[in-house]
Amino acid sequence: MVEQGVGARLLRKEDSRFMQGRGEYVADIRMPGLRDVAFVRSPLAHARINAISAPPQYRDCVFTSADLAGVKPIRAVSGLQGFKVSEQPILASGKVRQVGELIAMCVGRTRAEAEDIAASVELDLTELPAVSDMLEARKPGAPLVHEHWGDNIFLETFVNINIGKAVSAPIKVTREIRTARQSMAPLEGRGVVAVYSSRLDQLTVYTAAQMPHINRTGLSECLGMDHGKIRVISPDVGGGFGYKGILLPEEVCLSWLTMRREHPVRWIEDRREHLTAGANCREHHYIITGYADRDGRLRGIDCEATVDSGAYSSYPFSACLEAAQVASILPGPYDFEAYRCRTWSAATNKCPILPYRSVARTGVCFALELVLDAIAREAGLEPYEVRFKNLVRPEQMPFDNITNKHFDSGNYPEALRRVLAHFDVPALRARQQKGEPDGRLLGFGLSIYCEQGAHGTSVYAGWGIPMVPGHEQATARVTPDGGLELRVGVHSHGQSLETTLAQVAFEILGIDTSKIKVVLGDTALTPYSTGTWGSRCMVMAGGAVASACREIESRAKQIGASLLQADPAGITYANGRVVSASGEVRIEEIARVWYLRPQDLPADVHRGGLEATVGYKPQRDSGTFSYAAHAVTVLVDPELGSVEILDYAIVEDGGKLVNPMVVDGQIFGGLAQGIGTALYEEMPYDENAQPLAPTFADYLLPGAAEVPEPQLEHMETLAPYTEFGIKGIGEGGAIAPPAAIANAVNDALKGLGAELLFSPITPRRVLEAIAAAKDAVGAGQHGASS
Amino acid sequence: VKPVNFAYERPQRIADALKLLSEPTIQTKAMAGSQSLGPLLNMRLVQPDLIVDITAIEELRRADLHEGHLVLGACITHADIEDGRVPDVTRGALPGVAKTIAYRAIRNRGTIGGSLCAADPSADWPPALATLGAEVVLLSAKGIRMMPVEAFMTGALETVLEAGELLQDIRVPVLSPDAVWGYYKVCRRAGQHAHAIGAVLLDRPRNVFRAVIGGAGLKPIVIPDASTLSGGAFDLSRFDENAADSVLRSAGIVDRLERQTCRVVLTRAVRQVSGV
Repeated sequence: MVEQGVGARLLRKEDSRFMQGRGEYVADIRMPGLRDVAFVRSPLAHARINAISAPPQYRDCVFTSADLAGVKPIRAVSGLQGFKVSEQPILASGKVRQVGELIAMCVGRTRAEAEDIAASVELDLTELPAVSDMLEARKPGAPLVHEHWGDNIFLETFVNINIGKAVSAPIKVTREIRTARQSMAPLEGRGVVAVYSSRLDQLTVYTAAQMPHINRTGLSECLGMDHGKIRVISPDVGGGFGYKGILLPEEVCLSWLTMRREHPVRWIEDRREHLTAGANCREHHYIITGYADRDGRLRGIDCEATVDSGAYSSYPFSACLEAAQVASILPGPYDFEAYRCRTWSAATNKCPILPYRSVARTGVCFALELVLDAIAREAGLEPYEVRFKNLVRPEQMPFDNITNKHFDSGNYPEALRRVLAHFDVPALRARQQKGEPDGRLLGFGLSIYCEQGAHGTSVYAGWGIPMVPGHEQATARVTPDGGLELRVGVHSHGQSLETTLAQVAFEILGIDTSKIKVVLGDTALTPYSTGTWGSRCMVMAGGAVASACREIESRAKQIGASLLQADPAGITYANGRVVSASGEVRIEEIARVWYLRPQDLPADVHRGGLEATVGYKPQRDSGTFSYAAHAVTVLVDPELGSVEILDYAIVEDGGKLVNPMVVDGQIFGGLAQGIGTALYEEMPYDENAQPLAPTFADYLLPGAAEVPEPQLEHMETLAPYTEFGIKGIGEGGAIAPPAAIANAVNDALKGLGAELLFSPITPRRVLEAIAAAKDAVGAGQHGASS
Repeated sequence: VKPVNFAYERPQRIADALKLLSEPTIQTKAMAGSQSLGPLLNMRLVQPDLIVDITAIEELRRADLHEGHLVLGACITHADIEDGRVPDVTRGALPGVAKTIAYRAIRNRGTIGGSLCAADPSADWPPALATLGAEVVLLSAKGIRMMPVEAFMTGALETVLEAGELLQDIRVPVLSPDAVWGYYKVCRRAGQHAHAIGAVLLDRPRNVFRAVIGGAGLKPIVIPDASTLSGGAFDLSRFDENAADSVLRSAGIVDRLERQTCRVVLTRAVRQVSGV
């Protein structure tokens, strides 16, 4: 028999439809009478709206904020002290604060007709000065995104832990480091089909979403409708990465419109909307100082971090998630004793910054790991020596770090040792000395991170955002033929949960995974859940499925004991059978009796039968800590500035891997995104806050030719607090690559005195850094350039 | 992103196409493989009343040898050239360029004529064909015009093509057996538009030594007598980067790093064949 339980490399149940083009996405939905919606979006980043006018023949097909009486704006408030509240209008009124902001909704028989109508709408706007840069936004006198605030700061945070102890350190390196704004670019964009049923008195919203229950809560607040009158269905979803966790004004618009027009309506985001008006993320700026001893021992980190939060606070994560997280996770996997960090979440006239896979961690890892390499160069040490000196050690576990993050388990130095073993570092150094025949420069780079995943109530209660995860619930239901249905409130859009949750259930109930149906993505069919985010599903939904299956096991044992006429005390359950000393009975027979022959059941049978909804939380919900060490060699062309990745190795520790093949896939995908961050992806804005990369010809994503197959090795240090010892690993692949690649590039360029401190590392930036280093040498200075 | 409503015709005869394209009261646009025009239509950057699909016209799909030239119909696809379905008179230069254009799916539909008419400064054919000394044949009700490829493209996204005029053929001279060819392209990622292209052709028996730099956001910079970059000689080994730099400077490339990139791609194209 094929291995199917926890730890098996089981082929995915999802593959038969996904690999054959038979997935069903929002855009595949067809309904009688369905009409298409296109939006009139703001062409300006900051403007007062004087008038919006549609030609008379389209008056019934065009809707503006004046039509949406009673619909509330989106409010995503954080309870953190000093947080300033923004209201994101469903359709703009008064003024617009970003390019792409919704101004009018146009409905037509086809999308093309809806776009024709949208093109006929005339806007009378008065342009206002726009703030396009987060550092400018922080300055007094900058144009104000929200006038009544008096400044452009959503939130400022400050923490200081003994920084005075570090300042006497012999090594002090300060760097200004920046990560570009990006767009998330899942294969499928957002999309909504909304339809109202008068029979059910219910609005059904089909939406490409990763947190359908949260969408329902948000829609309920904006529309002023009872939860019970809203059903959110998220069908197959082609990648989320955080963008699909957000409540969009478009979803509110279409919900309102279908109730007004009494026919189903559809909006399918196109790629221009996606790139310029939606899925923005990642833009950070750091001024960071590392203090260290000559032997590489880190004495302290001092940082000022700014995040470009864009114009509005997005629901449910709020505008301060990124920057405030920066302060708490910047210390990474290192143990040091002095830390100061000030952060700003700055409002600008740009798209709201949204949580993208590995929220804040990618930027933080980039900033810290680049500084560690700068310290290594200053101290004349190998970068790995500085890491070994400072990594949290296995004997310290569990370890509470300087910002009170609770590292549950792990052996970080071992991960570094193993990743180094994939390379011959002395040989690389010799080859570097010798030079490449084609004049390119060889570099070797490292980075290490830790990823807090599945953090729960105790962590999020303090944030005071609209959503706090509690017990994760799962329903397990044995069907009359002995199959199993699992109903969970998280969603699967690349995570393979239809397979891995079935593996968890198989582990406990021994029901063949081919007979297990995992039901996801429908608020009417699944228990409430905050959904899929924060690397939480395998830990939380996996734990919930295990808990529910154990409850089923106990009830099956009671029925089985009765059928076997055996003492319940001597009964065991294994491989889908209840076993006594004298015989055994299969789960199929137990199911048949419960559903079809209740006359054979004992009088005191558990009235819940073979269906159970059970909630789960880990013993401690401060989060699992997975981690990895990445290492890479690159060749940099100093004449053209191009970077080629030669070899890439990853050693990661995700605790118990439910399906190692699925974990491999998560890491490969994350690596591809990390390479995008490192070398390609950038959403630039001009000084008027106009987005400059509206197509995939401008916004570059890595393709098959740019992503090498990494050498990948797993460690499995079991998490102490979770079911099976599972740790969340969903985001990690995307955290480390920008730092590792940048460190490799800087290693290659160190002989030229050039250093890259900005992602993505474009050929232009490489050439600029080299030219600046040459100019600095010419001017008789030491220095670096960004 | 959906195009505006437009009418569509797919004539069989070139005369019918010219007639349709000459409609005086409406905006017309000829379409071949639609790999450049398609996105422009979808973004509504082009809003024609009538699209004239020219891919059913037999003459535009022919490739013939004629009086020392390979005459390629405008609708010959990149893949036709890559796969050798048209004769190669360029000692591998044409198929070598064709196979590096974008992705196979684009090469299957995209045409050599369409690429020239789109006049994208980062496209391969304008600099490659200019280096080979190719000419275009333009047809209209008024008659035929012929000119070198570099004269056809007047700037970024601009050509001399007039309303009612169609690019019919591209004439590529047959290279002599001794000709050598270098081509170096740099792009951000595989399949992406070029950032810079350097190309060089040395065909001593025909007394041709040409060099071209493309992709710098401009029309190709053609150096018809590349001996000016080689100390006055037909000698690749004497190629002088500084001379190339002055050409780039006088072509208006003021940014020094941009100039560096252009200089380097040309140098590498030269080194492919000079052995230096």
